[in-house]
Amino acid sequence: MGAQCNCQNESNKKVEDLLAKHRGNPNSLIVVLAGIQQELGYLPKDLLIRVAEELNVPLTDVYGVATFYAAFTLRPRGRHSINLCLGTACYVKGAPEVQEAIEKELKIKAGETTEDRRFTFDVVRCLGACSIAPVMTVDGEVHPRMTPERVPEVLAKYE
Amino acid sequence: MTFQELEEIRSKAKKALAVRLGGEPTDEYKYHVLVCGGTGCHSSGCQDVADALEKAVEAAGLKNTVKLIQTGCMGACQLGPVVMVYPGAYHYCNVKPEDVTDIVNDHLKNDKFVERLCYRTPDGELQPTIKEMDFFKKQHKIALRNCGIIDPVSLEEYIGMDGYAALAKVLKEMSPQEVIEEVKKSGLRGRGGAGFPTGLKWQFMADQKADQKYVICNGDEGDPGAFMDNAVLTGDPYSVIEAMTICGYATGATKGYAYIRLEYPLAIKNFRKALEVCREKGLLGNNIMGTDFSFDIEIREGAGAFVCGEETALMASTEGKRGEPRPRPPFPAQSGLFGKPSNINNVETWANICPIILKGADWYASIGVGKSKGTKVFALAGKVVNTGLVEVPMGISLREVVEEIGGGIASGKKFKAAQTGGPSGGCIPADHFDTSLDYETLASLGSIVGSGGLIITDEDTCMVDLAKFYLGFTQDESCGKCTPCRIGTKRMLEILNRISRGLGREGDIELLEELAYMIKQSALCGLGQTAPNPVLSTLKYFREEYEAHIKEKTCPAGVCKIRGAKKATS
Repeated sequence: MGAQCNCQNESNKKVEDLLAKHRGNPNSLIVVLAGIQQELGYLPKDLLIRVAEELNVPLTDVYGVATFYAAFTLRPRGRHSINLCLGTACYVKGAPEVQEAIEKELKIKAGETTEDRRFTFDVVRCLGACSIAPVMTVDGEVHPRMTPERVPEVLAKYE
Repeated sequence: MTFQELEEIRSKAKKALAVRLGGEPTDEYKYHVLVCGGTGCHSSGCQDVADALEKAVEAAGLKNTVKLIQTGCMGACQLGPVVMVYPGAYHYCNVKPEDVTDIVNDHLKNDKFVERLCYRTPDGELQPTIKEMDFFKKQHKIALRNCGIIDPVSLEEYIGMDGYAALAKVLKEMSPQEVIEEVKKSGLRGRGGAGFPTGLKWQFMADQKADQKYVICNGDEGDPGAFMDNAVLTGDPYSVIEAMTICGYATGATKGYAYIRLEYPLAIKNFRKALEVCREKGLLGNNIMGTDFSFDIEIREGAGAFVCGEETALMASTEGKRGEPRPRPPFPAQSGLFGKPSNINNVETWANICPIILKGADWYASIGVGKSKGTKVFALAGKVVNTGLVEVPMGISLREVVEEIGGGIASGKKFKAAQTGGPSGGCIPADHFDTSLDYETLASLGSIVGSGGLIITDEDTCMVDLAKFYLGFTQDESCGKCTPCRIGTKRMLEILNRISRGLGREGDIELLEELAYMIKQSALCGLGQTAPNPVLSTLKYFREEYEAHIKEKTCPAGVCKIRGAKKATS
């Protein structure tokens, strides 16, 4: 995150390469947006305008796609991403109680980011790991068989 | 790779694999140790176990006699991380890194299996190998034939399991029409949910004349509670690639797309690797196996939208657009991706193609019942003892799956209902426990086979709450294009919400039913049309639970939080 490193420049270069590679190809819209989302963690407004110009897609369509898919966000996310699965198996095994515990612990609702930008908390539908329900992932790391009691201890691991 | 080279690789690979297929070791390795790398085991820490095993094997000086492999999903996800040792197919459960010392010292050095890591039934009976484990006894693996047995990205191992024999046979001996006839005769139906005959779909596309046609793999497995496509894409990607190639040959397509959902990073990684290997070996690209047939496949990653599992929405998304469905006709076979004829099949459907070509349609059609041929993979989850992926012949009874494979209800409580088909499906109550699991029977009960989600509930599950969950899901995922789905499901959800809070009114049930039938008749796509099913089906079998919530303001299962209501004792 530091301003000293040149990761910002590296990200910018990757985004530029991506735009150059798909220039003039409207069919690559999702691919390009996914690339930017991965590099920057969100889709900044000025880049959406650039994408529209480079790919030759109306800005309204770019916005339409960017807001349609769950993988895209228009606002910066927290340093750590919590995904709690609310798929059927997790649901019947008590995921809603885990959700309550997370919301209480972080004082935010699902879909929100904490004020200090430490966590973004989302609920997702089925991570395909139903056998170890309820499942929660933090930055992709899987925490199986979650309980409300375990929430503070698990979250404490992420600074 | 020529036909001859293929056979040479096969005979060598077959020898190496013999021990995993019940034979004795025929290569330099005395033991094959397989660590399950499926999503379930991955989540419970199989990577640490694999690393620990590698170190321990090396430290013990067994590196040259023990072969270590990380496979795709073996099925018994509840017991993960799973380690299997061949010969003998010993199945070690819930293995922790510190357990590998015993596996190495006892089993790999002294040929004595580690009893404490083996499976025991709830009654305490020891079942050390998969031949003895109840979970595997009644299964018949066709689509999952290679999952958990081979290294998913090793082309050699895939070829050793008769991989690419079907494509070779097709290219050498069969005309495109003969391939289609074989698939038609097998009776294979779409495993994604709708159950449309696969061969017929292929025929529709083959009959179209166009300069470009597309073959598409639907890997946007979005039904909560279903994860068999994930297992196949992660654990046996070549089987899907080979099948798509065969379809390309049969229908005159030269280009394929594999649409895989973003939530499955492991599947995308393995599939991508497999595509690279195929291109390198001439199994994809121009002049496949030295013939004049050319075909290639590109991956498209989903971006998180349930509706993209619907075929027209999936194609819109592949084109880089919002994944919204459109009315049919025209059907994809006439005008699909980029306006060209397209054939789209589900991952599990693809996984059945090669065995059908190799062993013949008659063999496949001999499995199953009535109009439901072959096997179906169910993702068994919820309140059973053994959860995981099970592949069973169509027509097996629900009781057999729950009690014999699943080991019964985990809590020791009573079975209440099975929910099949996810948010498009319905439930099967206890008095239909002996029902046959096949397309027609489930439809007659008001449910569907669907994509194969099978959620088992016990007395502690509230059916109103379950219906509310599914409707909340569809409402969340409704793409918003058509009014019945966008607004209709919202109104239904509002009614369910007030019922579950004890604020239900007289007439709410009738209102729910009226809305449900209206949405079924008027929604644009399959997802909207089936969205009311969980409500209709729970109303059909558990109407009294709805009435208890409305009239007596109680939740019989004690799940719904009704203010002032006495919690039912459980």
